[in-house]
Amino acid sequence: MHDSRAITSSGSTNVGSTQVMTADHEAHNPALLHHFADAQQQKNAASLGMWLFLVTEIMFFGGMFCAYLIYRLAYFNAFAAGSQQLNIWMGGINTAVLIVSSVTVVLAVKAAEAGKRKLLTGYLVVTVLLGMTFLVIKGFEYAEKFEKHHVPGSTFNFTEKFDDNGKQIDVNPKEAELFFSLYFVMTGMHALHMVIGCGLFSTLAVLAWKGHFTANYFTPIENGGLYWHLVDIIWIYLFPLLYLISRHT
Amino acid sequence: MAQPEPTQEDNLTVEHEHTTHSQGFYLAIGAILLVLTVTTAVVAFINLGPFNPVVALLIATIKATLVVLFFMHVKGASEKMTGVVVISGFFFLAILLTLSLADYMTRSWR
Amino acid sequence: MAIKAATPVIPANQVPKLNYLTNGYTLKSWLLTTDHKRIAILYLISVSAFFFLGGFFAMLIRLELLTPEGDLMQADTYNKVFTMHGIVMVFFFLIPVVPAILGNFVLPLMVGAKDLAFPRINLLSWYLYIAAGVLFLHCMLSGGVDTGWTFYTPYSTAASNTNVIEAGLAIFIAGFSSIFTGLNFIVTVHRMRAPGLTWSRLPLFIWSTYATSLVMILGTPVIAITMVLVVAERLLHLGIFDPNLGGDPVLFQHLFWFYSHPAVYIMILPSMGVISEIVPCFARKRVFGYKFVALSSVAIAVFGFLVWAHHLFVAGISLYAALIFSFLSFVVAVPSAIKVFNWTATLYKGSITYATPMLYAFGFIGLFTIGGLTGIMLATIGVDVHVTDTYFVIAHFHYVMVGGVLMGYLGGLHFWWPKITGRMYPEGWAKLSALFVFVGFNLTFFPQFILGYLGMPRRYWQYPPEFQVLNVLSTAGASILAVGYLLPMIYLLWSLRYGPLAGDNPWGAAGLEWKTASPPPTFNFDETPVVTWEAYNYDEIPEPKELEAPVAR
Repeated sequence: MHDSRAITSSGSTNVGSTQVMTADHEAHNPALLHHFADAQQQKNAASLGMWLFLVTEIMFFGGMFCAYLIYRLAYFNAFAAGSQQLNIWMGGINTAVLIVSSVTVVLAVKAAEAGKRKLLTGYLVVTVLLGMTFLVIKGFEYAEKFEKHHVPGSTFNFTEKFDDNGKQIDVNPKEAELFFSLYFVMTGMHALHMVIGCGLFSTLAVLAWKGHFTANYFTPIENGGLYWHLVDIIWIYLFPLLYLISRHT
Repeated sequence: MAQPEPTQEDNLTVEHEHTTHSQGFYLAIGAILLVLTVTTAVVAFINLGPFNPVVALLIATIKATLVVLFFMHVKGASEKMTGVVVISGFFFLAILLTLSLADYMTRSWR
Repeated sequence: MAIKAATPVIPANQVPKLNYLTNGYTLKSWLLTTDHKRIAILYLISVSAFFFLGGFFAMLIRLELLTPEGDLMQADTYNKVFTMHGIVMVFFFLIPVVPAILGNFVLPLMVGAKDLAFPRINLLSWYLYIAAGVLFLHCMLSGGVDTGWTFYTPYSTAASNTNVIEAGLAIFIAGFSSIFTGLNFIVTVHRMRAPGLTWSRLPLFIWSTYATSLVMILGTPVIAITMVLVVAERLLHLGIFDPNLGGDPVLFQHLFWFYSHPAVYIMILPSMGVISEIVPCFARKRVFGYKFVALSSVAIAVFGFLVWAHHLFVAGISLYAALIFSFLSFVVAVPSAIKVFNWTATLYKGSITYATPMLYAFGFIGLFTIGGLTGIMLATIGVDVHVTDTYFVIAHFHYVMVGGVLMGYLGGLHFWWPKITGRMYPEGWAKLSALFVFVGFNLTFFPQFILGYLGMPRRYWQYPPEFQVLNVLSTAGASILAVGYLLPMIYLLWSLRYGPLAGDNPWGAAGLEWKTASPPPTFNFDETPVVTWEAYNYDEIPEPKELEAPVAR
């Protein structure tokens, strides 16, 4: 008697149970892992697992947001001055790039659901390209920081003032250096997550091209998408907090 | 638990818990997000006094909510756990921020 | 004790020949296993190794403190020794001990699943633990760290010339081991319970482990980012925590303790879960107030996140913040007290037997209560200002960590040993060890309450001569305690070969794990159980038959 919820072990013999036929295995979805009762349970488990991992990412970045919040309250002028020195165009375009990439991710999931292999692969590849675009623009931004001597450390030199509605306010360079320290660790950690995301989606694209995913099994696409969206959300908060502190001059 | 005689398909079938929206819908949400991005950048140049950061964070939260609800398929998800998990993540982050602020805002520290 | 040839108590045709231990003998079958039971054994071996390493450092501390002068080692060396003791014991022993060993082994069995939700991630979790351990060993061998396990800035980021970066990275990696374990547990409990096993029928060990996993998921990332920031600051001279560069060292303490306080609930909650399994079994009674005990675990997990700044009372936080955190620290004690009351009420009019797990459970209840009450004393700001950074604090946390967590672990290890190995341990020797542990522990740490109250500071390698008597008592106790820890090593290993075969359910215990063979088959159950009974149905379960002369052969 074959009960789909009974143990179908891979050949081990237990006292009292019947020998399992290996033919049963060929009948299963190859993506179904043996310790799950059925594919629905596996998908639900994978989904919950991914969401829990995203919560850890929220708390991980949260520590840096905490540091940012406290120092911004204490050193507002320096933070505003530093923010005014950031390239709002690059930051803004990057935000748009990530939003578009989130759209391509959602459309990739939709294509996977419809079983459209080539469309799925296409959207995944475009997502990776958009991610790389983000990183390239970021690279230019960092280069600009380096040229302006705004990289914390021995080369740091901040002589700009905080332009408060026309009034030029002096700023303690140490406090400004703190702003840039937080800028670099926060955007740097975000960029690291983008790199991981690009690697993840490249792998998914290759697997998709090879036909690994079907209309009935595309859980890695969905879960990878969740990761990408979270990295997008983090940037959605980073952009105003870092780039738009006090722009009304 | 009475179950019908399981067939080969039972192991393969996965219920789609979320109703997938149309492509147009997702593009519309994307467009809204882009508009909100431009909005937040433009509003930053207007002097709203102490409300500048409030408006900026509000817009950011609206954007994040749209991504969570529609792109991450939290709206319409058959599993309530998803919503619980999302909210608890932000809730505990809020605890970290709020209680730390309770210290910093009640002492003069520079 | 003469060792004769093994005479099985159970007839040979009922011995499970193929079980998870015999399913493959190669090194590869162990190192690439995805079987949660084997992974639990891997953790058992590695975590035990780190325990003895931490114990070695403890021995060095106690030897130095035998005399008031600093005569055994330099002050700088002493700083390294207590730092190593702390880091090894906290991150490599206390955090993983019950979840990664007992939790990994028992949880899928208890919920009637074939394995955890993500077996490969479970294996990854162990490898991350090992990687962290190796990195930390390298850190130790290349000079160690002297910042204290708390890594306070700016000493750790700017002034210390020891290997802070490696230590920080090791903790970062170990944190992810912990996160993946917790993630696995939560998904397993949510998605893989056997049919009929509703939340209100779950064993309390599951409730506790689930609550622990919540803390692991929500808290550990914060220590991860904190360590990243410390490493970044040390490498790049950033100044986030350095007052000379505009930073605030108290911010580090906020971020560090935001995790490290909930971390102590990661340590104690699973042990409390173990006690909740042992007490009803050896009192042959249902747990009194099951719902209260279950929900108190979740309450401890949630409230545990609200109290961290009680570690910062004298660090310079505002009085208002201190009052808030002091009040919240009182609140968090309530759910723990609820558990103690419920265990006691479970014992009332129970049919109590005193097997080794029950002895450890009794030890736990008494010692954890003392530790918890002294915690309330420390939560009282007025007292804390006086005894902070003294041996009073050290005694408090050793009472809860060793008197609590470790006793719970040892109780659980003995309780589930027959299930894990199929063999019974020698009861006489086990009881003797429990006695050594109890006596040794109290002799070691009770004098430290007095020392702290009298003003002896912690982390000092020399002290005024009037404290010597109490220190000598403490070191004497530590020697006895050490014997209590070494004995189980010996007799548990002995029992693997010569212990009597245990059978499926030697304790007559409730719980799905006892309904399968000892040791269990690789996929846990021959047929998925369907649960139609409430938890701890001891009114329905028959008393266990006396095992024939468990030690005689």
